[in-house]
Amino acid sequence: MNVDGTSYDQGLYGSLCESMRKCIFKVLSVGPIPVHVAFIMDGNRRYAMKHRLSEGDGHKAGFMNLCHILRHCYDMGVKYVTVYAFSIDNFKRRPEEVQGLMELMVESITKLLEAESIVEKYGIRLYFIGNLKLLHKDVRETAEKAMKVTADNKRVVLLVCVAYTSWDEMANSMDKSCEEKLDEVRKGGGIQGNGEVIPRGVRVEDIERNMYMSVAPEPDVMIRTSGETRLSNFLLWQTGKTALHCPRALWPDLGLWDVVWGVVNYQRSYSYLRDQLHK
Amino acid sequence: MLRLSLPISTRLSPSPREKQDDASPGGLPYAHSSPLAGKPRLPSLLLPGLMPRHVAVIMDGNARWALRRGLPPSAGHEAGVRSLRHLLHLCSHWGIPVLTVFAFSSDNWYRPKAEVDFLMSLFERVIRTELDNFARDGVKICVIGDSSKLPSSLQKAIAYAEESTIRNSRVQLIVAISYSGKYDIVQSCRSIAQKVKDGVLQVEDIDEKLVEQELETSCSKYPYPDLLIRTSGELRVSNFLLWQLAYAELFFAQALWPDFGEAELVEALVSYQQRHRRYGTRSS
Repeated sequence: MNVDGTSYDQGLYGSLCESMRKCIFKVLSVGPIPVHVAFIMDGNRRYAMKHRLSEGDGHKAGFMNLCHILRHCYDMGVKYVTVYAFSIDNFKRRPEEVQGLMELMVESITKLLEAESIVEKYGIRLYFIGNLKLLHKDVRETAEKAMKVTADNKRVVLLVCVAYTSWDEMANSMDKSCEEKLDEVRKGGGIQGNGEVIPRGVRVEDIERNMYMSVAPEPDVMIRTSGETRLSNFLLWQTGKTALHCPRALWPDLGLWDVVWGVVNYQRSYSYLRDQLHK
Repeated sequence: MLRLSLPISTRLSPSPREKQDDASPGGLPYAHSSPLAGKPRLPSLLLPGLMPRHVAVIMDGNARWALRRGLPPSAGHEAGVRSLRHLLHLCSHWGIPVLTVFAFSSDNWYRPKAEVDFLMSLFERVIRTELDNFARDGVKICVIGDSSKLPSSLQKAIAYAEESTIRNSRVQLIVAISYSGKYDIVQSCRSIAQKVKDGVLQVEDIDEKLVEQELETSCSKYPYPDLLIRTSGELRVSNFLLWQLAYAELFFAQALWPDFGEAELVEALVSYQQRHRRYGTRSS
């Protein structure tokens, strides 16, 4: 697989596969296509063990497959893709593995910014979402550079959650919301009531506005690979109404059919959810 | 309807109880006969040392269960109460200390008024009539959610039940009524903001531990579910316990809630006990 998301085989077989892929997307487009798909990319290490590779090679295979999956999503009509690349909990792993992952992140982000990469081909705007202060300096700087370089891309969006947990995101948002309320009190702002100004309480909108993920709508579909069915502190606030899909495939093995199935399940439950919301 | 294949971890055969439609007298089929008789023994499939401490349930499917039988939604909700009673009885005897159930979401206020009024009176009736069973089974009841929207008679019934059962210690039943995960987080934030305004806390003190203490589930010794079960085949958490579900194992059962019984609970617990929980780290 290439960093632009295409596979090596571009001959007759490749052309047939591409035609079939376009046909599948055409059929899917009869129903609602999710605007935002989120992925928990689980299984790189188990993939490496299965294929007798080093742990680092398992993560590299995961990165290559990410480009492949992004291509499927964007070609299908998905506008936002969010991936859970590195949790704050992952810092508890062995220092060698954490260091290896930090180095891979720098390498991967650099590759994404190269000419003819998938970022350029699809006009992807990159966001790195999380408590970036926790990252190693070189990773943080590379991520910030990538966000700056792609800031004018408008076609599609990739949000990469690094040094992220939902708890950290929500606590950070509450911190900011409380600061705002305190400022409001200091300036005498609030709601007029009974002859005095009452500070307006924190609302859902205040918390949402201060979330790291406020740059994107809530996901329509969340896909977690490797067969585990848990959220692992990922987008807890944002996935209250998201359709979940948990294929058994390990992340580097996730393919077109798994993504299609996730979208089909979303379309199947779409009318039920719409009816529930309108009741 | 096209039958779609779910991942194996969530794929379950239809409940055998769906075939018992005509089983009971009185024209009202229900899934459980004498659910409260005796002390149910823990099935040998389950390991006592690996039981979850807190099970949460999204009790979905009452209305569909009733629709399939040509009954009004109220019949489905009544059948749902029987399922809950049975589940609570099993939890109290199988060593599951906390059971949280999603009885009424904030979104459910948008349902037809007649159905909402029926549910409010059902909750009040069940809470009042179950007090003896709570005493017998050692159930401590707590209700979470925005109680300001509930009828005052229901609020009073809840307050009385909570006070009457406060010393019970075998199993804690947390009933989420007029609840949403976002509401819980916002009220936690409001409480923290008030403390900051009053000078009890500084903004810098706000962390995950503080948020956890202000959530409505802080009424429990084990506020975070180990296992979430959602019935009726829908694969979503529907704004339930958003913060608290961070590391919970999710189990999606195909059975509609009134058909969820001992066999389905065993299946969920077996699945839970086979899972490998890493919390973001490595096992080796």
